[in-house]
Amino acid sequence: MVAGGARNGTPGNDGAARFAGDGLACRRGERQVLTDLSFRVAAGGALLLTGPNGAGKSSLLRMMAGLLPAAAGRLLWNDANIETDLAAHRARVSFVGDRDAVKPGLSVAGNLASWAALLGRGADAAASVAGALAHFGLASLADLPARYLSAGQRRRLALARLLLAPRPLWLLDEPHAGLDAAALDMLKATLHAHRALGGMVVVASHGGLVPPDALRLDLAA
Amino acid sequence: MKIFLALVGRDIALALRQPTDAALALLFFLLGGAIFPLGLGPEPLLLARVAPGVIWAMALFAALLSVDRMFHADFEDGSLDQLALLDLPLWAVALAKTLAHWATLGLPLLLAAPLLAIAFGMPVASLPVLLAGLALGGPLLSLIGAVGAALTLGARRSGAILPLLVLPLCVPVLVFGAAAVEAALLDLPAQPALTMLGGFALAGLVLAPWAIATALRHALE
Repeated sequence: MVAGGARNGTPGNDGAARFAGDGLACRRGERQVLTDLSFRVAAGGALLLTGPNGAGKSSLLRMMAGLLPAAAGRLLWNDANIETDLAAHRARVSFVGDRDAVKPGLSVAGNLASWAALLGRGADAAASVAGALAHFGLASLADLPARYLSAGQRRRLALARLLLAPRPLWLLDEPHAGLDAAALDMLKATLHAHRALGGMVVVASHGGLVPPDALRLDLAA
Repeated sequence: MKIFLALVGRDIALALRQPTDAALALLFFLLGGAIFPLGLGPEPLLLARVAPGVIWAMALFAALLSVDRMFHADFEDGSLDQLALLDLPLWAVALAKTLAHWATLGLPLLLAAPLLAIAFGMPVASLPVLLAGLALGGPLLSLIGAVGAALTLGARRSGAILPLLVLPLCVPVLVFGAAAVEAALLDLPAQPALTMLGGFALAGLVLAPWAIATALRHALE
């Protein structure tokens, strides 16, 4: 399975980031989930992972985040293997997994504020938290304990984390799960803005969220 | 360092939001200790004699009771993925969480221990040695417990496996912690036992975060 770059960096433009996988394989327990998988994403590009349940979409995203070592193959950022400097790769990645990482005991704003501090935001943390909340329509819920949030609202809170620290590579696992139409439009606009600034997006999706001119990587094939 | 402190602060804040966990362990420590005189009979000399062992054993059990949850909540809700992606090595994440555990459990135990000691009729002169021992051994119990908690992360009966895994490792802490107090009770120098305890604490400080990080990395895969 090979998907070619949709928006290759212009020749000679070495400043544009590239993210690629080369011959990737993944084992989960005894089962071979992915074999010989390759892809390329350029700055501003998007990659859509499709496939049935258990095809390995989440595993591939975790591999891209550096959380799961590849059983074979390499992941390359600007042609350098990410495993040679995983700390640098972590600083490039924002990952929204299938679970929301929301603490029910903290308020909506408190949840984001704790992540802002952990992401190293200093004095401007409060402003970036307020901005992220407003962006995803959570400003009116800021003081509400997060345990009262609905599934869709929790998802929005998880997505708001993306806006706390600028990271070039967004890895999103079913980001639209539970979102209503308005929030889905907001997510699409957010992804668009991120790509317009040269960011990359990798989305695992069963459909419902198809970034415009995204490369498709069908893991079932 | 800023991120490390932010993580310690986050975990302490989360623990204070749900104070029942720490309060239960503390109550268990005090009530469990109070049970012994009922079984052993009201013999003052006997009680003063067994007090160091009882207090140390109860501190160990209380630590075991609470350490089970240390990584579990973050693992279940996806926060551990996010923590692993911070600009902080995983061993430092482990150390920060262990430090927060000690601050919310070991420190209250340390402060409550004199109550138990006095109830057992231990001479006040031996209290400084007891507290010094708990100050060195308490963090070590948190560190060893955290290794067990990380190793059993995701296991089905982690609450039952954890004590079996951790208790043998805690034996030296118990032996030297109790020995220091006994020496003080007999007017012998307590310093050799305390020095051993300090040595163990230093070794634990170096080895445990590495072991926890290795176990967490496996759990994250």
